[in-house]
Amino acid sequence: MAFARSRQALAIAGVLGLALSATACGTGDDKKSDTAGSAECAAYEKYGDIDGKKVKIYSSIREIEADRLAESWKQFEDCTGIKIDHEGSGEFEAQLNVLVDGGNAPDLAFIPQPGLLKRFVDSGKLKPVGAETKKMAEENYPADWLKYSTVNGQFYGAPLGSNVKSFVWYSPKTFKEKGWTVPTSWDELIKLSDQIAATGTKPWCAGIESGEATGWPATDWIEDLMLRTQTPEVYDQWVTHGIPFNDPKVAEALDKAGTILKNEKYVNGGFGGVKSIATTSFQEAGVPITTGKCALHRQASFYANNWPEGTKVAEDGDVFAFYFPAIDASKGKPVLGGGEFVAAFNDRPEVQAVQTYLASGEYTNSRAKIGDWVSANNKLDLANVPNPVDKLSVQILQDKSSVFRFDGSDLMPAAVGSGTFWKAMVQWINGKDTATVLRDVESGWK
Amino acid sequence: MEFDFAAEQPKFLMLMYGLVAFVAVVGGLLLLLDVVPAWFARRREAQLVAASASGAPIPRRRKPREGVFALFFLLPTLLLLAIGLVVPAVRTVLLSFMDQGSNDWVGLRNYGWMFSEDSIVRVLLNTLIWVLLVPLVATTFGLVYAVLVDKARFEAVAKSLIFLPMAISFVGASIIWKFVYAYRGDGQEQIGLLNQIVVSLGGEPKQWLLDSPLNTLLLIVIMVWIQAGFAMVVLSAAIKAIPADIVEAARLDGVTPWQMFWQITMPSIRPALIVVVVTLSIATLKVFDIVRTSTNGNYDTSVIANEMYNQAFRYGENGQGSALAVFLFVLVIPIVIYQIRNIRQQREG
Repeated sequence: MAFARSRQALAIAGVLGLALSATACGTGDDKKSDTAGSAECAAYEKYGDIDGKKVKIYSSIREIEADRLAESWKQFEDCTGIKIDHEGSGEFEAQLNVLVDGGNAPDLAFIPQPGLLKRFVDSGKLKPVGAETKKMAEENYPADWLKYSTVNGQFYGAPLGSNVKSFVWYSPKTFKEKGWTVPTSWDELIKLSDQIAATGTKPWCAGIESGEATGWPATDWIEDLMLRTQTPEVYDQWVTHGIPFNDPKVAEALDKAGTILKNEKYVNGGFGGVKSIATTSFQEAGVPITTGKCALHRQASFYANNWPEGTKVAEDGDVFAFYFPAIDASKGKPVLGGGEFVAAFNDRPEVQAVQTYLASGEYTNSRAKIGDWVSANNKLDLANVPNPVDKLSVQILQDKSSVFRFDGSDLMPAAVGSGTFWKAMVQWINGKDTATVLRDVESGWK
Repeated sequence: MEFDFAAEQPKFLMLMYGLVAFVAVVGGLLLLLDVVPAWFARRREAQLVAASASGAPIPRRRKPREGVFALFFLLPTLLLLAIGLVVPAVRTVLLSFMDQGSNDWVGLRNYGWMFSEDSIVRVLLNTLIWVLLVPLVATTFGLVYAVLVDKARFEAVAKSLIFLPMAISFVGASIIWKFVYAYRGDGQEQIGLLNQIVVSLGGEPKQWLLDSPLNTLLLIVIMVWIQAGFAMVVLSAAIKAIPADIVEAARLDGVTPWQMFWQITMPSIRPALIVVVVTLSIATLKVFDIVRTSTNGNYDTSVIANEMYNQAFRYGENGQGSALAVFLFVLVIPIVIYQIRNIRQQREG
């Protein structure tokens, strides 16, 4: 008996030993590759000697997009010898809070909500960017964009990627067959909707179900209509709570959106009635366009990734997007968009070097060449943008007549912008009246 | 979709690390728990052998030793409880009296907010509905099932069927049921089982998860589906443990099955019944994953745990999130006290 016992113990000890030795195999540290010092690395000399250092980046970018990111800064890594360790998470916003509170903040985070960025500044966690990065950002980005990551006069991070949200997706093929034309004003858009509705097809499809973030696609609608029914100044007051959330001006925008979203004649092509918008996932929402069950779908440029496999996204293809037209064209082209900002929790030299590099024209073009990428960076060469929708987005962003505004719900405090506002939109679609839902949001905004 | 093993190497490496770490920790603990008592036992054996060989009286066990021994086993538990439960609980209580960024004291403001904000009152009400219904329905279902299949021909199979959902995680079960409740417009192919049944009976498809309070009830069905198996297994074991002579005596007295159930079975399994109800009540109070996966708390289906997570981790409202957490804690206390009293009574009885 005693003998058996010690044998058992031996076996367990053996397994333990194996286990521990397996974990002990670390990785060697990364050094500059042989390409360092060659001609193509000359551009990276200016980042100084930061060989063998590591920079941790945390973002919401995952899977194929994350692989593309890794590819986009590979040359920088090879030439400078810095190692960029990127981790993407589907629970980015919540997890970033947890990491920072627990003292495990990443070096850099790609923060898509200026509201969240401001919260980290207020709690004293973020470091203002270095002089180099600031110079690079000021050279390459419109002043509008820099405003979003500036808190109390301090600049906290250069923009990185962007997206344009004022798009309506449609099928050029179907339009050609039916003889419909792309509308260039709000009135034309409504005329076209009526025309399509008369043929028995519901013109619009929409979906706002998005798991934890259910409701956000509807907030984009409201923001777009705020920009179209009001002046950009009123929009700014609205997102900073300069006017109450239930101001008549906001109600006007919401009702205008309602003329499409809450119109049983117009929605929800391929899914059902108005209420089905609430339970249709944003990923599936535009797909009926490909089967002819719906004709129009207002969604951002990134919706290009959601079409079924084999769908050709091009001006003469299966699907494409046109600019969501203005109501009054004389006021310029209102453009709603979003993007992420590279904010730093540490200011070690290598972190600042990466920050500077990510704001540079070299990086923007390197990332653009890989595909599916838009940026407001003015060094971005249109020739480097392969896909047609991205090209259109870049053109709109670089167009001088565009009046650009950042996604409002991302600018508001999180409790509103990713809380009550989203929930209110769900209730609004689900039948609650405009005044009630706006009052709910207003009462929760402290 | 090609799956490239080589490209996913880091993930597999991570998986291996996890497994290795698990083996190391669990193995280490097992080793410790195996070796230490064995060593003590061997020493005692040696003492006894030596004592019996020399003919001296057998040495008595010394009491203080046992205390040290007990402490050795209690220490890791106490330490982990302190780190994982006591400290966070105290900190949460403190945070609930502070503002959103945990900088200033605000007194009872967060608690005031909880009972004055309509949407939060709705959350509290929903939680109440959950706590009343889930333990009741799941226990009733489990009990009836246990009685019905007792000594039936296919008892083992029948029990396994009900018990199977227990093996599915809440999130998994919610996704399954989300498909059951799924909606497609009239005239289209229904992908949801429930709507397909409605349509084939000539009705119109309905968006089940949109209308309150029906949607909360439908979410409760998910939890009942998961937990009924647990209730059934515990109660079935209790029924089997009823002494045969009592049942025999009752039979000789000529009871009806109905009397048998109320006069014999129910009183005999009362302790087990209480354990089941209490366990389910506490589990239900904490319900989070079902609501978050199915509706994310929209359409008036939110419950305390879900709202707490949103407030604290998504909206950065630490004070309000903590207040909800403390409230949840307070709700559990009476249930726990009741359970402790029950255990005491049973010991004395």
